[in-house]
Amino acid sequence: MEVTVKVFRFNPEIDKRPHYETYKLEAQPTDRVLDMLEYIKGYYDGTLSFRRSCAHGICGSDAMRINGRNYLACKALLKDLHTKKIIVEPILGLRVIKDLIVDMEQFFAHYRSVMPYFINDETPPPQERLQSIEERERFDDTTKCILCACCSSSCPSFWASDQYVGPAAIVAAHRFIFDSRDKAAADRLRILNDQFGVYRCHTIFNCTECCPREIEITQAIGEVKAAIVTGRLD
Amino acid sequence: MEKHQFDVIVIGAGGAGLMAALYASKTANTAVISKLYPTRSHTGTAQGGVGAALGNEEEDHWEWHTFDSVKGSDYLGDQDAIEFMCYEAVQAVYELEHYGLPFSRTPEGKIAQRPFGGHTNNVTGKPVRRACYAADRTGHMILQTLYQQCLKNKVNFFDEFQVVDLLVVNGAVAGVVAIELGTSELHVFHAKSVILATGGHGRIWDITSNAYAYTGDGIAITMRHGIPMEDMEFFQFHPTGIYKLGILITEGVRGEGGVLINGKGERFMERYAPRVKDLASRDVISRAMYLEIKAGNGINGQNYLYLDVRPETVNKYAALDGRKRPDGSPYTMTGEEIIAKLPDIVDFARTYLGVDPVAQPMPVQPTAHYTMGGIPTNKFGEAVIDEKNTVMPGLYAAGEVACVSVHGANRLGTNSLLDLIVFGKHAGLRAAEFALGADFQPLPADPTEFTRAQFDLIRNAQGNEKILEVSGKMKTVMMDCVGMFRTGEGMQSALETVRELRERYKHIPLHDQGKIFNTEMINIWELGNLLEIAELTTICALARTESRGAHARDDYPKRDDVNWLKHTLSWVKPDGEIELGYKPVVITKYQPKERVY
Repeated sequence: MEVTVKVFRFNPEIDKRPHYETYKLEAQPTDRVLDMLEYIKGYYDGTLSFRRSCAHGICGSDAMRINGRNYLACKALLKDLHTKKIIVEPILGLRVIKDLIVDMEQFFAHYRSVMPYFINDETPPPQERLQSIEERERFDDTTKCILCACCSSSCPSFWASDQYVGPAAIVAAHRFIFDSRDKAAADRLRILNDQFGVYRCHTIFNCTECCPREIEITQAIGEVKAAIVTGRLD
Repeated sequence: MEKHQFDVIVIGAGGAGLMAALYASKTANTAVISKLYPTRSHTGTAQGGVGAALGNEEEDHWEWHTFDSVKGSDYLGDQDAIEFMCYEAVQAVYELEHYGLPFSRTPEGKIAQRPFGGHTNNVTGKPVRRACYAADRTGHMILQTLYQQCLKNKVNFFDEFQVVDLLVVNGAVAGVVAIELGTSELHVFHAKSVILATGGHGRIWDITSNAYAYTGDGIAITMRHGIPMEDMEFFQFHPTGIYKLGILITEGVRGEGGVLINGKGERFMERYAPRVKDLASRDVISRAMYLEIKAGNGINGQNYLYLDVRPETVNKYAALDGRKRPDGSPYTMTGEEIIAKLPDIVDFARTYLGVDPVAQPMPVQPTAHYTMGGIPTNKFGEAVIDEKNTVMPGLYAAGEVACVSVHGANRLGTNSLLDLIVFGKHAGLRAAEFALGADFQPLPADPTEFTRAQFDLIRNAQGNEKILEVSGKMKTVMMDCVGMFRTGEGMQSALETVRELRERYKHIPLHDQGKIFNTEMINIWELGNLLEIAELTTICALARTESRGAHARDDYPKRDDVNWLKHTLSWVKPDGEIELGYKPVVITKYQPKERVY
């Protein structure tokens, strides 16, 4: 079937301001938006620029705003969009560098700010540390994060202030705070108990709705808030 | 042009690169250069597990793992290196756990393990649970954990920098040249040690599980400097890719009891591997699938088969096989258990196939998956550049880009993640040790001369060729003629086609003449790498007149240990001609014998 793909274009070397280009192409219902972008780049305009790598929703390179909602372009299939008119734009709240490529540095700086690494300075046993199936399950959901930025760039609080650490960084912190083997939960809770920490979350649920890994992000943020208030990790 | 100086440079930020960086940075000033943001690396897509004989679920020994790997390699793996890897595996997995890796757990709280293709109890010949896993996202967890530890240890990263040339002076490494993707600016990295950890090149083939980024950059920049490649004819096709898309469906599905079914409803692997059936080595299963499809036994006569992990199917065949749980009770699975153990597979099948694997079978076909060949190294990650294994000072390689060789003619499932952590670690240690005792080589007078000339050709190309048409033709001809089954005639015609494509490649015009994220320019450069590697692969495969592991020839259907129990070395000469040489396989205690599963 023929589809119309309207793409946000901006090349600061040439353009004074962003504009949209519209392309018509043949597509199958099972085609991904990423396939369409590849086709446009290959046959219509080689200058179209976007990031991509694994093309099946694991590497997190190709977060984009598709018909107004954040998706990974490789996980957005034509048949699931229920329309033949597609609008592709860069994710919001981060500076556009070129076309669909945004500056991710601020996003990763927030990630790094929450000590997103395992901390336990005790000498480990010669074999593995033991952890029960239940203890492991406690933080399973937040281990799935691929740092694609769909969540943070869909969050109105992040749009309002990019000083807010954002949902992705809180998810990263949650993964360690609730890991029974980790010893630095208190430090992370202190970092997140800040004016730009968890309390910027107003439970709007945009993040949860668009997470391509289906992480219950708003719930995870709520659990971190509760841990700060109660001082308990249960 | 900006200049940087580090003791050790690591190229690539997947599992091998990050492990190398973690270890090198303990003692040496180290930087990682990656064309992707590190967590985008292809290690993250590995699913089923990392092999190590922990014995958490049942009796196991690293010596069994060694034999299984030797047999899996169709006796082309170097046995000293395989022994080293399988012995080191146990500590390496514990070390990952100590870094915080969230492995799935047994009821006792230990690291959980599952069966995988070719992993056996060497006494009974039955499958053994050896793959240490974190659901079906083990690679994701390894990549995340190692990157997090690198952040903790303040490793230097140059993200979204494409390395485009290796600098070699006086027969030793002097550094690399990279393009900063955001600005197209050239950077020279002066280094004492360079560790290549750039992954594979599955993008040569049409149906592949590999990322767009898997374009063989490390091999391409190395072979242009007269450094040989090893065993380039051996490339693994994984049995279960999603039909048409090639997206990987882990062997863990069969480890949990899933079976392959043909168009007649038969579990056909019973005929090809009577003992371990759907858990035979990947080359064996992919070939069986190819033969079934060729015989008209595809689903509805088409070129795909079913991978069936519905609980009723799993339970039926588990009962027929007499499969037991560790406590001795009959093995059964419920839909909930399947979803809990294979959540990402369920998601892929629902998203890309519109199939719920708990209720319907999944259409699958073999998919180009893993580069067994690559830059020859010894077990310490040092590049060895001739038949006598002479070490090239300062050059290291680890992971999929390297050929130690621990995978020989066919890699055993779970040994890729193991390869990354064991040889990434040792390459990092050796590279740092070398750097601390060595001086910098002088940089060439004009270190970016070759790079500028190469990219001027791309920028100024004239013609009407299209990148998608040149790459598309390469992929189909390689799939048809240099894929799972090969003949001399087919490969000869593929070679001619690839050479024509290399000519057509010179006439792909560059539309984007800008400097900011010029992805078109980089994609053209990457396609040049793929074409060179496609040619090299075909030449090495044409020369090997036998069938071994992943290299299966209709015209030479038998393994020939008398003439071919040896590694291929291939050199690209300055005039572009390719020269072949050979070196012996290291055999310690396992004499080659017939391979039956």
